Amino acid sequence: MQEKVLMKGNEALAEAAILAGCRHYFGYPITPQTEVAAYMSKKMPKIGGVFLQAESEIAAINMVYGVAATGKRAMTSSSSPGIALKCEGISYLAGSDLPALIVNVQRGGPGLGGIQPSQSDYFLATRGPGHGDFHVIVLAPASVQEMADMTLKGFELADKYRMPCMLLADGTMGQMMEPVVLPDPVELDSAPKDWAVTGTECKREHHIVNSLYLSPKKLEDINLERYERYKKIEEEECLWEEFMMEDAEICIVSCGITARVSRNAILEARKQGIKVGMIRPITLWPFPKKPLLAAANKVKSFISVELNMGQMKEDIELAIRCKKPVYGCTRVGGMITTVDDILASIKEAEKGEE
Amino acid sequence: MREKGLPVTVADLDIVNPYFRTLDSEAVFREHGIKLICSKFANSNVDAPAMPKEVYNLIDSRTEYGVLDIGGDDRGALALGRYVPSIIEENDYEMLLVINKARPLTRNAADTVEVAYEMVKACGLPFTGIVNNTNLGPETTEEDVLSSIDYANEVSKTLGIPVKMTCCDEKLYEKLKDKAENLFPLSLQKLYYHLNS
Repeated sequence: MQEKVLMKGNEALAEAAILAGCRHYFGYPITPQTEVAAYMSKKMPKIGGVFLQAESEIAAINMVYGVAATGKRAMTSSSSPGIALKCEGISYLAGSDLPALIVNVQRGGPGLGGIQPSQSDYFLATRGPGHGDFHVIVLAPASVQEMADMTLKGFELADKYRMPCMLLADGTMGQMMEPVVLPDPVELDSAPKDWAVTGTECKREHHIVNSLYLSPKKLEDINLERYERYKKIEEEECLWEEFMMEDAEICIVSCGITARVSRNAILEARKQGIKVGMIRPITLWPFPKKPLLAAANKVKSFISVELNMGQMKEDIELAIRCKKPVYGCTRVGGMITTVDDILASIKEAEKGEE
Repeated sequence: MREKGLPVTVADLDIVNPYFRTLDSEAVFREHGIKLICSKFANSNVDAPAMPKEVYNLIDSRTEYGVLDIGGDDRGALALGRYVPSIIEENDYEMLLVINKARPLTRNAADTVEVAYEMVKACGLPFTGIVNNTNLGPETTEEDVLSSIDYANEVSKTLGIPVKMTCCDEKLYEKLKDKAENLFPLSLQKLYYHLNS
């Protein structure tokens, strides 16, 4: 167990990546995630790692592809418009079954949008960021501690299932400062991976990392196998947190910074005699459908609190099979929901059931 | 300084960080009669590290006391560089190195000294004193402050400048006042509501 340090979310995830054994970081500065690149530029040269500021986001993700193909842990980070640029490369990583960590510290959009916090890349992240049939595992931290912990988890899951993982943070998570206990350094298995491109030394068959399949049947089989893997992930890797759900009549669903505000709103609502609880998805893909469906049999309604126009609300409705109404409490453009915003939605939800 | 009746202006030159700006507390400064100079783009969606022209007035003023908030690394210190010739010409300044043992890149004296040298190289103005502000935010304990004293002294010895003060949360002041020299109590002015749980 390491000592507590006071870190920004961006610093915490960068240090956690180093502790996870990542020695290859490729990025390009963009607010509000620039501290990740700045931190890596200071630390990587001191520990024999590689920090490379690429000429573009597209170049950076393809450098990640190159390192991932050798079986080493690699990561890139950016913010929303930069992640949009990386999507082609993410699809190629998925199509080549390569593990990598992609960090998205979201800002407002669409287009150049703004630099203030947002959660408006929910669809982009959870629907497979790029062309083709695929998913990436999506983790949504709600504290600086989780920025560190989820970075480790992200590398672990990416390696376990040989697929890209996205840490989907909002700008506030990247910029805010909190005490954090950094994880212990990970001891990585140094044995060569049976798929990695590391040079044959004329002693074995070539390993080929590729996303192009000349036979349509072969490509179909690969897609089907990949979706079998996704099914297993949906069954085994869902993460969520429940808060005051034991007697809740209204269930808030929220992640990241809005989950933090929601906790305060729930405490305030309970002071006013309204029984509210929260299910906080930690993995956004796979989405925690089971606990939500179970909650649908107990609560009167749900409220989706998010910094977008209601993207996660659709997943909640699907998860609960539209058994109960789902209200929205949203802010966009870099504005953050306040306790009062959420309290107003809670009261609306309460009235809706009368 | 303001409580002593001196005319004080705070200038936020930490232009790299786009969030949690001094501008968030504009009303508090106004209430206390402290002028605030902040980029007009602070807290907006303009991602331009621009410095307000009023900083020149403050630097050139011989009557106003200026407190400049500089970013805590070489990139942050770069913003100060353009004002340094005037500051040196007037030769009436303190350049304080605010250190925190609990921050990731300054966890020991050697790393802290390295950061200090990088900052001086970037801005061209040497430090004249140290403020030991070791803290873990609201979680800071008495022990956190006490364990930072040797660290601050080591930084002081290496850089050849004095530790001007050791800061602590005012709630810890009574417990620490006989254990640390030049203890300076701070009262937490701002806790963002969403970080409260």
